[in-house]
Amino acid sequence: MTEPVLVATGLTRQFGGLTAVAGVSLELAHGVVHAVIGPNGAGKSTLANMLAGELRPSAGSIRYAGREISQLSADRRSRMGIGRSYQTTNVVRDFSALENCRLAAQSREPHAFNWLRSARSYRGIVEAAERSLEAVGLAQRAAVPAGHLSHGEQRQLEIAMCLATRPRVLLLDEPLAGMGAEESVSMIELLRAIAAEHAVLLIEHDMDAVFALAGVLTVMASGAVLDSGEPARVRANPAVQEAYLGEYDA
Amino acid sequence: MQDSDRLIRWLIVLGAVCLALFPLAGSTFYLQLLTKIMIMAIFAMSLDLIVGYTGLVSLGQSAYFGFAAYMLALASPKGAAASLWLTLPGALAATAALSLAIGLLVLRTAGIYFIMVTLAFAQMLYYLFHDTGLGGGSDGIYIHVRPSLALGDFNPVNLADHTHFYYLVFALMLGAYLLLRAVIASPFGRVLVAIRENPVRVRSLGFQVFNYKLGAFVLAGTLAGLAGYLSACQFGFVNPEILSWHYSGIVLMMLLLGGMGRLYGAVIGAFAFILVQELFSLEALFGDFARRWQLSMGVFIVLVVLLLPRGLSDLVERLGRGAAKRAAG
Repeated sequence: MTEPVLVATGLTRQFGGLTAVAGVSLELAHGVVHAVIGPNGAGKSTLANMLAGELRPSAGSIRYAGREISQLSADRRSRMGIGRSYQTTNVVRDFSALENCRLAAQSREPHAFNWLRSARSYRGIVEAAERSLEAVGLAQRAAVPAGHLSHGEQRQLEIAMCLATRPRVLLLDEPLAGMGAEESVSMIELLRAIAAEHAVLLIEHDMDAVFALAGVLTVMASGAVLDSGEPARVRANPAVQEAYLGEYDA
Repeated sequence: MQDSDRLIRWLIVLGAVCLALFPLAGSTFYLQLLTKIMIMAIFAMSLDLIVGYTGLVSLGQSAYFGFAAYMLALASPKGAAASLWLTLPGALAATAALSLAIGLLVLRTAGIYFIMVTLAFAQMLYYLFHDTGLGGGSDGIYIHVRPSLALGDFNPVNLADHTHFYYLVFALMLGAYLLLRAVIASPFGRVLVAIRENPVRVRSLGFQVFNYKLGAFVLAGTLAGLAGYLSACQFGFVNPEILSWHYSGIVLMMLLLGGMGRLYGAVIGAFAFILVQELFSLEALFGDFARRWQLSMGVFIVLVVLLLPRGLSDLVERLGRGAAKRAAG
């Protein structure tokens, strides 16, 4: 197996007296989808927020690209190559689909911009934005304001914005949430294609997607890891069945 | 480009042409009135950059307006003209430094707290000039002679001349408009608008949101300083009132009236506010009630906000959409 890109060890987060995440460890490797499942309130989104930098862990470490990043800000981690999408759609609604991606691509430019030159005139950035729209199949909808896109298209746009930041790691928080059956199928295909080029953390409730994509499966319950490993084996674990999958089937 | 945008562009050009030709026909009184309005339009546009585009509601913009005005007053020799070439850049640099210092502190807050701390800093400055001898106390300072643009013997623009001063202010208002328009279309400005819409997403895309807000805050403060400098030139005196929160409130009302986040809305707001104020205080029309013009003004603003929540510039846009529809149909 390849060297992991990101290694989290003993991640813990307390909110007052409540422990939302307790001692979670996981690894993300290039080309592998690491799926995290668990009932609502299991601490999945808190985990993603700690990895992305929106929450500081109360304890534990996150190593990425050979350095400790658990105390770095969210924007710093993004610039280092950790991209994320949100559970609820999170795009700039007034901007066109292309402009959302242009914004994302622009964040990768190391130099300062000319304050008097139009954002449309930076060819390299516009082309990068167009490529990322193309990759998720939204090229035809480039000029449409993000707020006017369908829900499924907005979810695709989220992914395109992530891709435009050229990340090594993608943290995807329920990318299939609220999608219809047909949209889900094409989103799973898209995620499969993306996963080949990235290290992916996938938080998802859609079990079809999880078992279609995951190379590693971690099950969380009450903030802790119940089991983690090869999906077929984890699925068969009676404790997992009882805590989560059983509930899901019922 | 949409037809309604095209119409708005033509209306802006038309407005600019009217303003450029006005001195050929207008009396000195109206020339001075329009000069004052255009100065307030620069002030309102500066506020639009942070309130309308970046989504930071400030109630302390008068601090930068008043500070630059005081800089000119303090730098002007008694009974002689100061050089504009020295005092304008000097006043703007000092104002930029002030807004940088204040911005570094206030931008750590958000929402209602941001409103309160911007207000607090402006009031601190007000009391500094009001209660100390630094700038003539509550009486203020007179600027007896307007600054001069003379370079040696060459003096093409005489600011003491109402028409010359009018054209200088007109050119600077146009310049401020074009500058801000370019900034808003630049990659920097696009990030500002995205911050207004969705700051969390902007940060997770890797932008240092604080630095972008600070850049906008300093640019806005500096432009407010330009307006303050011109206002001190025009009226020939400064007093602490121009630093007070009333002034910040008035410019915010202009923005509400004209419509935020469109730049030309700020200009429309400045024109509407001052012209309507003049109208309501005409004794010939309103008799004794003219002295209570604030009351009529209040009713007017409430009506506009109720009927046109996006300000008077919304009328222009509705007009544009209507025209586009008729053209299509």
